[in-house]
Amino acid sequence: MTSTTSGWNFWPLRRKPKTDAAPTTPASAPPPVHDILLGWDIAPRDPLLAYFQHHSGAVEVNRLNLDSPALRRLKEEGILIVAPLINQGEVVGLINLGERRSEQEYSSDDRRLLDDLAVQAAPAVRVAQLVRQQQLAAVERERIETELRVARTIQQTLLPKELPARAGWEIAAHWQPAREVSGDFYDFIHLGDGRLGVIIADVTDKGVPAALVMATTRALLRAAAERLVAPGDVLARANDVLCPDIPPKMFVTCLYAVIDTATSLVCYANAGHDMPYLRRAAGGVEELRARGMPLGLLPGMSYEEKEVVLQPGDTLLLYSDGLVEAHNPEREMLGFQQVRGLIEQHSGGAALIPHLLAQLAAFTGPNWEQEDDVTLLTVQRQTPPPAPGWRILGEFDLPSAPGNERLAIARVVDLIAALPLTPRQIDRLKTAVGEATMNAIEHGNQFQPDIPAHIAVLAAADALRVRIIDHGGVDAIPTPNAPDLEAKLAGLDSPRGWGLFLIQNMVDEMTVTTDGEHHTVELTVKLEGAAT
Amino acid sequence: MISQPLRAETRHTPGVAIIALHGDIDGSEEATLQQAYAAATQDNADPVLLNFGGVGYINSTGIALIVGLLARARKEKRPLLACGLSEHYREIFEITRLSDFMQTFPDEHAAVKASTHAG
Repeated sequence: MTSTTSGWNFWPLRRKPKTDAAPTTPASAPPPVHDILLGWDIAPRDPLLAYFQHHSGAVEVNRLNLDSPALRRLKEEGILIVAPLINQGEVVGLINLGERRSEQEYSSDDRRLLDDLAVQAAPAVRVAQLVRQQQLAAVERERIETELRVARTIQQTLLPKELPARAGWEIAAHWQPAREVSGDFYDFIHLGDGRLGVIIADVTDKGVPAALVMATTRALLRAAAERLVAPGDVLARANDVLCPDIPPKMFVTCLYAVIDTATSLVCYANAGHDMPYLRRAAGGVEELRARGMPLGLLPGMSYEEKEVVLQPGDTLLLYSDGLVEAHNPEREMLGFQQVRGLIEQHSGGAALIPHLLAQLAAFTGPNWEQEDDVTLLTVQRQTPPPAPGWRILGEFDLPSAPGNERLAIARVVDLIAALPLTPRQIDRLKTAVGEATMNAIEHGNQFQPDIPAHIAVLAAADALRVRIIDHGGVDAIPTPNAPDLEAKLAGLDSPRGWGLFLIQNMVDEMTVTTDGEHHTVELTVKLEGAAT
Repeated sequence: MISQPLRAETRHTPGVAIIALHGDIDGSEEATLQQAYAAATQDNADPVLLNFGGVGYINSTGIALIVGLLARARKEKRPLLACGLSEHYREIFEITRLSDFMQTFPDEHAAVKASTHAG
């Protein structure tokens, strides 16, 4: 602030800023008292301020008798006259006059001039103060934004760059960060022999500390997953390593699933994360519940492990809080039941994601302040498309346990119920399916319970086809010879070996193919009568 | 299709030993069949009639057991007869040529009649 030749100095009252940092004043060599900008604040409760709120107009300092530290200091500094700057009932500054250079007294004209000046100057001073405050607030916002940007960058580098590609499987992901960084992340881990690890996790808190915990957790989970097999063990190990180092009151919820894309078995464990949903192609939505505490709270935790088999067309949905806890303008939460309902009304697959997002947008309305990251992951076991002219009536897997051919027969009979088959054709098909499934279970899959036999039933306008697939494609396909009953009766041949022969005689066509890994037996029955 | 374990009842009428079968015939039922055959054929040289009236399911391993039974009967020069087969399983007996070696009848009465006539 400039001084005038008559020795005025202009001293704006600085409001105590909201942060404790004192604003800086320009440093300069201390000029004579008349020219300085007084670099100190008046305390908010100082009686001088209260006095000035009730007495506008210049006043001689020596005439005031207040127990005011500010007044005492003004007197010490040689101030003779003080005129308050009042704006909207608040004292925003003081004009302080020291001794005139001429050492003359201040006249009443001088005092009137001073009063006019104070009235004019007060609003301008107030505006300058407001501008200053806004600048400071802008600096602070910029600082926070920078930290959030750093955290967001850390977070983004941790997310997978690509979605895994697996034949017969479709994987989709959607990550929608909140304005303030929250702690969602997801990851895919390529374990050996076709298994795929899928992680979805949520770190409490926001900003750079949360982002660093996320980076640590991700690395821990990867290291554990590559070494240990069982999802429960992986979470337990990650939890034990995370506990000592995680900042207090922070924790990570995490769902870890291992998908065997060859057998469609999903094994999963959950550390306090939202439970995944399984949309069954055959109908219905299942909750996948496994119990466990979030990571980072208490060491020595154990995590329940569960398993589920995905049938063709089934979709697994993993998601984060941001979906379930989204609020509408009436402050109601979307909630688990609603989400489950939304899944149920949709057929599944990657398209489930845009469906859920559209429903979410409809629920929250256009002015939604997204509070939390929204992360959605879908994993679908696909049904392979049939050849032209054929449609799939149904597909299913059966564990390779002795006797399960009876289940195969029953399910196939259900699936063909609408087709124009004679009772004789149905009986023959039942025998053929039973025998082919028995072969798949015993010879193809060696009775291994975790390697299923896969059965598909297809129909065309004039034919029905049942496809039975096992994992014995490495072995040679036996050439079907007609069994010699007489040799068997004479004890020259085993009484067994009727399976393939029966199948061939029960259906119109039987083909056997192998792709090196799988045997596929296809049974075809011609439909008599009208097209379906 | 609920699977049912095999139950075998052995009876005797003059000139024929009857084994009435109820349930499913697959490879796991060898003991049941062989024991029934042994009980039916003890101390006599009569033909054996397998009554399949109560059987709803026979698979290829079950066929193999019947082949084994037939081989045992032929060794003893004992005719093995069958009755009560559904149309489907009668067809299977024909395809496998079992019916060339085991005479089949619609029911027990016809089988016993033919057997005692022959005997």
